[in-house]
Amino acid sequence: MRRQLLAIVAFLAAMALVPHLVGSEFWRNWVMMALFYALLGQAWNILGGYGGQFSFGHAAFFGTGAYCSAILHVHYGVNPWIALPAAGMAAGLVGAFIGFLSFRYGLRGSYFALVTLAFAEVLRILANTVPITGKGVGLLIPLDPGAANMQFADRTGYFYLILAFVGLALLLTLWLEHSRFGARLVAVRENEDAARALGVDVFRTKLAAITLSGALAGLGGSYYAQLFLYLDPGIAYGPAISVEALLVPIVGGMGTLFGPLLGSFALHGVSELAKLAFGEAAGLDLALYGVLLVLMVMFMPNGLFGMGRTTLARLLGGGRDA
Amino acid sequence: MVEFQILLPAILNGLTTGAVYALIALGLTLIYGVLHIINFAHGSLLMLAMYAVFFLHAGLGIDPYLALPVVVPGFFALGYLLQRGVIARASHGRDENILLVTLGVSIVIENLARYFWRSDTRTIETPYSFETVDLGVAFIAVPKVVAFAGALLVTLALWWVMSRTDLGRAIRALAKERQGARLVGIDVDHIFAMSFGIGTACVAAAACLLLPSFYVSPGVGHTFVLIAFTVVVLGGMGSFAGALIGGLIIGVTESLCGLYLGESLGQIGIFLIFIAILLFRPTGLLGHRA
Amino acid sequence: MLEVEGVSKSFGGLRAVADVTMRVEEGSITALIGPNGAGKTTLFATISGFLRPDAGRVRFLGRDIAGLPPERICRLGLARTFQIVQPFAGLSVRENIAVGAHLHRPGRAQALAHAELIGRQIGMGRMLDQPAGALTIAGRKRLELARALATDPKLLLLDEVMAGLNPTEIEEIVTVVRRIRLAGVTILLIEHVMQAVVSLAETTWVLSDGVLIARGSPAEIAADPKVVEAYLGRGAAARLAGREGGAARA
Ligand SMILES: Nc1ncnc2c1ncn2[C@@H]1O[C@H](COP(=O)(O)OP(=O)(O)OP(=O)(O)O)[C@@H](O)[C@H]1O
Ligand SMILES: [Mg+2]
Repeated sequence: MRRQLLAIVAFLAAMALVPHLVGSEFWRNWVMMALFYALLGQAWNILGGYGGQFSFGHAAFFGTGAYCSAILHVHYGVNPWIALPAAGMAAGLVGAFIGFLSFRYGLRGSYFALVTLAFAEVLRILANTVPITGKGVGLLIPLDPGAANMQFADRTGYFYLILAFVGLALLLTLWLEHSRFGARLVAVRENEDAARALGVDVFRTKLAAITLSGALAGLGGSYYAQLFLYLDPGIAYGPAISVEALLVPIVGGMGTLFGPLLGSFALHGVSELAKLAFGEAAGLDLALYGVLLVLMVMFMPNGLFGMGRTTLARLLGGGRDA
Repeated sequence: MVEFQILLPAILNGLTTGAVYALIALGLTLIYGVLHIINFAHGSLLMLAMYAVFFLHAGLGIDPYLALPVVVPGFFALGYLLQRGVIARASHGRDENILLVTLGVSIVIENLARYFWRSDTRTIETPYSFETVDLGVAFIAVPKVVAFAGALLVTLALWWVMSRTDLGRAIRALAKERQGARLVGIDVDHIFAMSFGIGTACVAAAACLLLPSFYVSPGVGHTFVLIAFTVVVLGGMGSFAGALIGGLIIGVTESLCGLYLGESLGQIGIFLIFIAILLFRPTGLLGHRA
Repeated sequence: MLEVEGVSKSFGGLRAVADVTMRVEEGSITALIGPNGAGKTTLFATISGFLRPDAGRVRFLGRDIAGLPPERICRLGLARTFQIVQPFAGLSVRENIAVGAHLHRPGRAQALAHAELIGRQIGMGRMLDQPAGALTIAGRKRLELARALATDPKLLLLDEVMAGLNPTEIEEIVTVVRRIRLAGVTILLIEHVMQAVVSLAETTWVLSDGVLIARGSPAEIAADPKVVEAYLGRGAAARLAGREGGAARA
């Protein structure tokens, strides 16, 4: 625990230097977006990695967070800093709702994945239809730079904001790894019947996990809205976000503290390389992700982090096979 | 009181679309019934087949319906190889892995399509694209009538294969009892791949029937895949008759929802049905969970 | 401590447990034996909340627990093990046991410490850091026992924790079980290993085809012709009596 905490602090400190040390605007942005996708992956990781419940519809939470803060801000004049926790809560509530229904009726595996996908789709269609979201045209957040408005003209503010979120997610995950709730969540992932026999309330454990996971993804949505100042149903609730959210931890290492971070940087590195090789081409980076996903599952089911850990353990002669 | 003149055409249109849904769902349900996997790549394979039909028409001037004998065997082979070469290898015997691999395959296909063919929506024009048939109570577009009849024919053919041929018997044996099938000398890997191939061939047939009246774009699979899942779940996972009836019901539901709620909101009806069935009537699901 | 009254459970047409009435006295070790498929595991599942009885009542510490979910029953102090072992395969032995220990210990450190303690008591001291998936069958059986014990149960239901073990391992588990009882835990165990039943149990119940057919001390049970017939088939008791003038089951 001490070592993990130190690693987190070291990582955050190193990242905090990026805006000062990295001269290129492009690379600062690149790191920022990698952090953003890491956050989504961390959110997914709580439910999917630690809890073993694979959601294919994390866009439902992301989009809800994004729309919630944008709508509160645009239509009701609520300050984005205040809308932010509201967005997290709204996304958490959507998580609780979907979780309540799915877990109450015992959906698992593929069926849970399908239901989350369908919920995201329902929300996308709703966002396309109701006037408050601006329908298909989208929702424009008026430009009004200023830290008080969570809009940062020089973008450094955006960098630190996402870094803070990632730090929050890291600490949350660290707590998870060393708490009763986390132990129970992992037990549920490994074997539900055994967990129940040991007094674990499986339903409540999963429900708490999806709520937490949803809330975290909702914060990501709120951040996205403030960063790009524009939302439409396809961005908010489309499948791209859901896919990124699950790819990042799977590539990096599901159910590990640093897996999503590693996955996000690796994936975005790969996509950058792809752009270098093939030029800026819509679709190619995602296609590459798909290939990576298949290869990861085929050859590295424990993700990069798991791989690294086993190799390291073997090198150090720890002799502990995972 | 609703007017018959609007309602009846809507129902008939729904039935014709529903037959195609049924055909797509049939492939999905076959794959599920035999391999016990949910094939997330089903929609993108459909999209790929639609592009194949499109380019055969645009490039070589082959009529979509005449493309059937080319596209269907081609996609059968593709499905066969996909199962044998990729999905079976990556699964390591775990359900979650298969889920992710089929998702990965769908991402690859879809985004390659986006890369090569851009996101534009494409349609083809045939001499009969805008012809209609007078059914006495309503006018229905010719391609839709053909799609309806074609889908039923393919379903019938599939039923024949499943019940009358050695292949069908082997598939059914495998669906029921994996271990037993292995013991009586059925080549399990081969039959698995055959089932996946047939499931993919269904989608190719659907593509040929769809294209004269529908558009193709890289994202078109999405529109169909969730609907196909709904049909399969509605009819009961693994059930052929269920897929057929489910497809027709969903087709009509969609058409009626569209009529009363408008195009975009109409789709919600389907997803709500889908969620509701998964939650409240998981009859087809219980076998899988054991 | 535990009273089962008229409990029945059917699967389709099969009556796996039929109108069973039995009791377990506080502080005792009670055995439940019977031929394969007699319904013993089903009865355990019904008591522990994994199956809902079709009829009858289950009273634990004076409370009707039939129909409560397993996690609630466990919290009341009734823990079970699984005949078909159910380890958390990806976790270490220590982490496995800690899941049980967490029931009454919210803190991670206390739970891990308690897990270690229990692990040592059960003789798994050297395996604590091994992944549970890598354990031998004997190790897994012990782990089942350790996890259940870590929940601080008042009544422990053990489903064939000695099946598949060699005589030395059985001897060790028998000692462990005896020690658990001395610590104040009541025990109800399903066992095919008669030597263990004889050395441990004060009272033995015999289940056959879902019906309780006998009850008594292990010695009385072994002499009961109904029991011998249940195990060896119709007329066996008479045949054995004719040949040896007494009967016991290996
Ligand atoms: N979930 C189930 N569905 C259907 N039948 C079941 C189920 N569980 C048990 N059975 C049947 O109920 C009967 C009793 O099974 P049970 O496992 O309780 O026997 P047992 O006494 O524990 O046997 P063993 O000594 O082999 O463990 C058997 O005929 C079994 O096939
Ligand atoms: Mg048993």
